[in-house]
Amino acid sequence: MQIYRSHVLICNDSTCAQLDSGKIMEEFGAQLKKNKLENEVKVLTAGCPGMCEQGPVVVVYPEGTVYTMVKPENVKEIVEEHLLKRKIVKRLLHKDMMEEGDTPAKALDDTKYFKKQLRIALRNCGIINPEDINEYIEHDGYKALEKVLTGMTPLEVIDTVKKSGLRGRGGGGFPTGLKWEFAYKSQDDEKYVCCNADEGDPGAFMDRSILEGDPHSIIEAMTIAGYAIGSKQGFIYVRAEYPIAVKRLDIAIQQAKEHGFLGENVLNTGFSFDIELRLGAGAFVCGEETALMTSIEGKRGEPRPRPPFPAVKGLWQKPTLLNNVETYANIPVIILKGPEWFASIGTEKSKGTKVFAIGGKINNTGLIEIPMGTTLREVIFDIGGGIPNGKKFKAAQTGGPSGGCIPASHMDTPIEYDTLVQLGSMMGSGGLIVMDEDTCMVDIAKFFLEFTVDESCGKCPPCRIGTKRMLEILEKITSGKGTEEDIEKLEILANNIKLSALCGLGQTAPNPVLSTLRYFRDEYEAHVKEKKCPAGVCKSMIHYVINEALCKSCGICARNCPVNCISGQRGEPYVIAQEKCIKCGTCMVKCPFKAIFKNV
Amino acid sequence: MDKGTCCCGCIDEKEQMLESIMQKHKNRKGALIPILHEAQELYGYLPLKVQRKISESLDIPLSEIYGVITFYAQFSLKPKGVYNIQVCMGTACYVRGASLVLEKLQERLGIHIGECTEDGLFSLEVCRCVGACGLAPVMMINGEVYGTLNPEKIEKIIEKYEKQGKVQVK
Amino acid sequence: MKMVNIKIDGKELQVPENYTILEAARQANISIPTLCYLKGINEIGACRMCIVEVKGSRSFQAACVYPVSEGLEVRTQSPAIREARKVTLELILSNHDRSCLTCVRSRTCELQKLAEELNIKDIRFNGEMQRKPMDDFSPSIVRDPNKCILCRRCVSMCKNIQKVAAIDTVERGFDTIVSPIYNLSLNEVPCVTCGQCINVCPVGALREKDSTEIVWDALANKDLHLVVQTAPAVRVALGEEFGMPIGTRVTGKMVAALKQLGFAKVFDTDTAADLTILEEGTELINRIKEGGKLPLITSCSPGWIKFCEHFYPEFLDNLSTCKSPHEMFGALLKSYYAEKMGIDPAKMFVVSVMPCTAKKFERQRPELASTGYPDVDAVLTTRELARMIREAGIDFKSLPDETFDDPMGEATGAGVIFGATGGVMEAALRTVADILTGKSNEDIEYTEVRGIEGIKEAKIKIGDLELKAAVAHGLGNARKLLDRIKSGKADYHFVEIMACPGGCVNGGGQPIQISEVRSVVDISKERAKAIYEEDRDMPIRKSHENPQVQKLYKEYLGEPGSHKAHELLHTHYAPRESYPDIP
Ligand SMILES: Cc1cc2nc3c(=O)[nH]c(=O)nc-3n(C[C@H](O)[C@H](O)[C@H](O)COP(=O)(O)O)c2cc1C
Ligand code: SF4
Ligand code: SF4
Ligand code: SF4
Ligand code: SF4
Ligand code: SF4
Ligand code: SF4
Ligand code: SF4
Ligand code: SF4
Ligand code: FES
Ligand code: FES
Ligand code: FES
Ligand code: FES
Repeated sequence: MQIYRSHVLICNDSTCAQLDSGKIMEEFGAQLKKNKLENEVKVLTAGCPGMCEQGPVVVVYPEGTVYTMVKPENVKEIVEEHLLKRKIVKRLLHKDMMEEGDTPAKALDDTKYFKKQLRIALRNCGIINPEDINEYIEHDGYKALEKVLTGMTPLEVIDTVKKSGLRGRGGGGFPTGLKWEFAYKSQDDEKYVCCNADEGDPGAFMDRSILEGDPHSIIEAMTIAGYAIGSKQGFIYVRAEYPIAVKRLDIAIQQAKEHGFLGENVLNTGFSFDIELRLGAGAFVCGEETALMTSIEGKRGEPRPRPPFPAVKGLWQKPTLLNNVETYANIPVIILKGPEWFASIGTEKSKGTKVFAIGGKINNTGLIEIPMGTTLREVIFDIGGGIPNGKKFKAAQTGGPSGGCIPASHMDTPIEYDTLVQLGSMMGSGGLIVMDEDTCMVDIAKFFLEFTVDESCGKCPPCRIGTKRMLEILEKITSGKGTEEDIEKLEILANNIKLSALCGLGQTAPNPVLSTLRYFRDEYEAHVKEKKCPAGVCKSMIHYVINEALCKSCGICARNCPVNCISGQRGEPYVIAQEKCIKCGTCMVKCPFKAIFKNV
Repeated sequence: MDKGTCCCGCIDEKEQMLESIMQKHKNRKGALIPILHEAQELYGYLPLKVQRKISESLDIPLSEIYGVITFYAQFSLKPKGVYNIQVCMGTACYVRGASLVLEKLQERLGIHIGECTEDGLFSLEVCRCVGACGLAPVMMINGEVYGTLNPEKIEKIIEKYEKQGKVQVK
Repeated sequence: MKMVNIKIDGKELQVPENYTILEAARQANISIPTLCYLKGINEIGACRMCIVEVKGSRSFQAACVYPVSEGLEVRTQSPAIREARKVTLELILSNHDRSCLTCVRSRTCELQKLAEELNIKDIRFNGEMQRKPMDDFSPSIVRDPNKCILCRRCVSMCKNIQKVAAIDTVERGFDTIVSPIYNLSLNEVPCVTCGQCINVCPVGALREKDSTEIVWDALANKDLHLVVQTAPAVRVALGEEFGMPIGTRVTGKMVAALKQLGFAKVFDTDTAADLTILEEGTELINRIKEGGKLPLITSCSPGWIKFCEHFYPEFLDNLSTCKSPHEMFGALLKSYYAEKMGIDPAKMFVVSVMPCTAKKFERQRPELASTGYPDVDAVLTTRELARMIREAGIDFKSLPDETFDDPMGEATGAGVIFGATGGVMEAALRTVADILTGKSNEDIEYTEVRGIEGIKEAKIKIGDLELKAAVAHGLGNARKLLDRIKSGKADYHFVEIMACPGGCVNGGGQPIQISEVRSVVDISKERAKAIYEEDRDMPIRKSHENPQVQKLYKEYLGEPGSHKAHELLHTHYAPRESYPDIP
């Protein structure tokens, strides 16, 4: 299977096409080949992103970098700088990524897009060549390891991490230093250090960027952790869906060994530490720590009850430390710059920064890293560039299937672990999906439940059967057959599954329902009481109607309807036979006179 | 049953490769999943005879191996189509209409999720975010990403592959 | 063991630090409902019925797996806990084929009991049910996935204790099911039909293949001469089905009940057990003397035999060629007894009442038909016999004691102890010692081979021979022992293997005791105790001293190991494919 690390989208719609986007396309092909990137970067033609006046437009994903007024002769530079070295060609950036009055020559970090950001975990991403250890070393790489191995005791390392206030970035926000201390205190001749790189939240790819862009930082941090807790063996459990991350990690481990940063007798200090990669196989639940370890052991990735906690009995029943990729990525900087520096960033209870993958109905999709305490408003409007097509912001979903949504009324809440939990959501691993007025919140809850039902391991009945029942009720409601009693049942199920399920997956699975019920109960009620979907999403509750006054009897709609349910004659307005209509919406899009409306 | 040889009597190359995969991992702790990954890469899926070999080699009961295979979405007990279509059902794709894409494909190909067309040309799966959310809704055919999909685009893409037929261009 | 101080429902307790909350609560007579938990076998915290509130913890915790620690504070009851348990139970029930009225486990079902205890009146969360076909192709075990609650006790039993692993957890999420690979029938996979999975299943998802109908039909057929034989383990367990304490001996009542049911003759399989000892003892002596294949391994457990055919074909030549006792008995009934009584063997119908489900499989082996007719026509388990007794309206508890019929009703203490692990070994030693030393030895209680330890070893001085023996019960232990022998780390003259942990007293056809009971009583031990009591009460305790057996050799078989004996009493084995081919 082939997965590309980057996609280059070249607008090929009318304006840009006239501006020679075809040539640009060819040039990209040639340049990528020249740099042997053709298997990593995919060039696609795309529809108009709406910046025609600045065409031709080239967008590079996953960063979401928009280059405007690109000429064929610029392509070489974009390929060599951005795609190879991961340096953004600031000169060609779109003006939206800068503030008014900026000259295009202004430094990238000072633009509106980047000003509110602070890159700690992502510090090297896009800046160094991840396949070259020397570039990492040039950027202070492995200095922290050296500092630790030559001048700090394990307890001093743990103390530093504790003082920094770093909390787990994998979702739970557990204090990292404390976790290290527990693992340190568990006596055993064998201990393990694991890295959770199973990033499973749909729509989240923070960890992937770090693994692909800065793999050495993880290796360095794990080695430090190994020294701190007294372990000789590390495992990185990485999604098999991330082949480039796997490849880069492989190379990095190799190079680190060659340079004496890993393996026997690290930096001649007598300390030995090795790291092995383990690939997941498509099970979201394996992101849960005990399931992850069960999976590394070669079994069905089913969670185990805790206690005993991994720090006491983890992998192969040995004391094990498990942290998330982004958590690790912070460690070397904390060691080098000191815990006080790190603790000075962020809020009282949430220190440092957090990387988010912004997606959904927002202009600038992509990765951002912000200091804890930044507000949602800043993220969505200042960094994210607001909602496309002038639509209204409705809610932002964080924490993926375990999280909840934050409505517009809480836009100014600072983003940190505890405030999000108070709002009924959670930090999660960093997926942030933006929803606009056209999003039905019941439908969104249903979507997440579909996900959990699919990904439930099936070990415990509250989750195995309970989430299924919740989904069935949501299906009933979205198909217009729900009753008020169903909402009640949903709540009973949600509250009890949260309390009874064996692992975090089941315990948090009801969150999307509970939080949408909390902020958008009226939408649920509209569905069950009035049989209406206010956002016009739930098909059974919408109707397409032809406005008689506007219809010009052109017949285009009828010809395009896939089920032939529109009829009419010249001179008379056309009509839709509602009982046959499958609500595909084609007619509305096709009508040249905008005579067809969606009734909700 | 199979005796390590193919019909022409020569040594079954795949079986030899499987043997060396198992040798390579045998002494690792928790070797089962890495072996399953590589065996699937080799055979395209995990037929019973492969499971048996692994079971013997690792001394893990066949039933446990089968339990592991059916637990993980990436492992398959059935051969896939020449063109394996994966529709992204990640959040970003979903809010941008991935279910319409899926519906269209099911209708066009006449198969459901997890099935293979009768001629063995297409199989259909859903997957989670492939990291191309900017292009949502997205699908992949043998790893190739198709973005900003709509039913018309799908029609064209499927036609293209149908024309290409079974001669798979690498 | 270090003790820790904890508080449950306000009660201060001191408990050993290796206790779980559940164990601690039970010590304080606080009851917590459980469903997936089975002490020592399945402790995985899956079903969430035992949830309690642990101070400082956000969600509820499973008491069955939560280790106690100093200062732990627990609440086992509150409206929230009750509601959570109820919701979980209703969810389980919403995906359960709730056909109690026609379910074999009604009355002994742990799920049904819970529903009653938790006062479930309505199932609020109905929805799609997982529907899977029933598997009744095995001659021994019926699997009904629609009643399975996925507690996985059977998986733990089959995989971890028996080390057969015929079944495992398959698929995930709502589609999860416990099943053989590719949804095959138990009949197509290396299930050894031991039935241990049935004994641990809390519900009616696993049960024996029912033979009561066949036996009722036979009983109603006036043309047939119906003979029944009962194994030693049955008489020490049958009483449990009628509410008697575990380990009650009901030999006399059992015989009376069988007579009331209408069997022409009620015989004791122990007689054949004595015969087995003579045949097997002779085989052992011959192999030792003539340098035959050693160790000789016992062959009276059909579960073990099937296991050996699947997994250890290299040991097939070590197996004694003796048929299991009830098969020997059947062959003799249709030959010697039939001739003697002038009955046409075609008109005979032999029923074995056994603690065992494997014997249902064994019965239909084509090679076990020495007379041209199957040696045994139907096998009933202890549970099925109890069902027939109830169905016939017999008031079991008030039955008078009756005795087995002659001929072939006489048995010895040696035959009785066959029912417990180590029993065959001990019985054989009693006889072999006498034969080899040429005198009648007084010391006949070989306690080193008794007891519940998984593998027992003994070195026994018999004349100038030091006989090395080993006993394994439960197939996991059998594996261990065989691997040791295979690798040359141990060698023996004689090995006894019983498929079921504890031997036949804990066979797959025995009365089922629920998890709660099994947590406090070792049922194998109690039943074995009763067996050894019965042995002690017997006037004759050595097989070769059984006058019935002596007469049989004199009148019919000649001597142990004779041609005739071989024809009727011995059999052969062959390696067995474990799985069909699937592309
Ligand atoms: C269902 C589920 C999925 C999870 N998925 C992930 C994941 O993909 N990546 C991750 O780092 N942590 C994930 N976690 C959290 C981990 O269990 C664990 O808390 C975390 O990796 C610990 O690292 P940290 O302390 O550095 O955050 C998941 C938890 C649950 C319950
Ligand atoms: S909560 Fe869900 S995922 Fe977790 S153990 Fe239970 S069934 Fe498995
Ligand atoms: S919505 Fe679709 S099905 Fe309905 S009338 Fe329009 S085109 Fe036809
Ligand atoms: S396409 Fe529009 S204008 Fe034409 S017939 Fe349909 S509704 Fe009327
Ligand atoms: S298994 Fe139990 S609850 Fe289910 S039908 Fe049988 S007796 Fe009733
Ligand atoms: S318990 Fe109720 S349902 Fe069952 S038999 Fe009695 S009356 Fe009928
Ligand atoms: S009868 Fe024995 S071997 Fe067969 S499935 Fe049950 S426990 Fe396993
Ligand atoms: S068959 Fe019985 S023991 Fe096995 S998982 Fe199902 S309910 Fe539990
Ligand atoms: S040990 Fe006894 S009950 Fe168990 S299979 Fe063997 S003969 Fe049957
Ligand atoms: S046509 Fe290219 S940006 Fe609009
Ligand atoms: S959600 Fe579809 S590519 Fe990310
Ligand atoms: S979880 Fe404790 S009894 Fe099942
Ligand atoms: S049942 Fe006959 S000896 Fe076990």
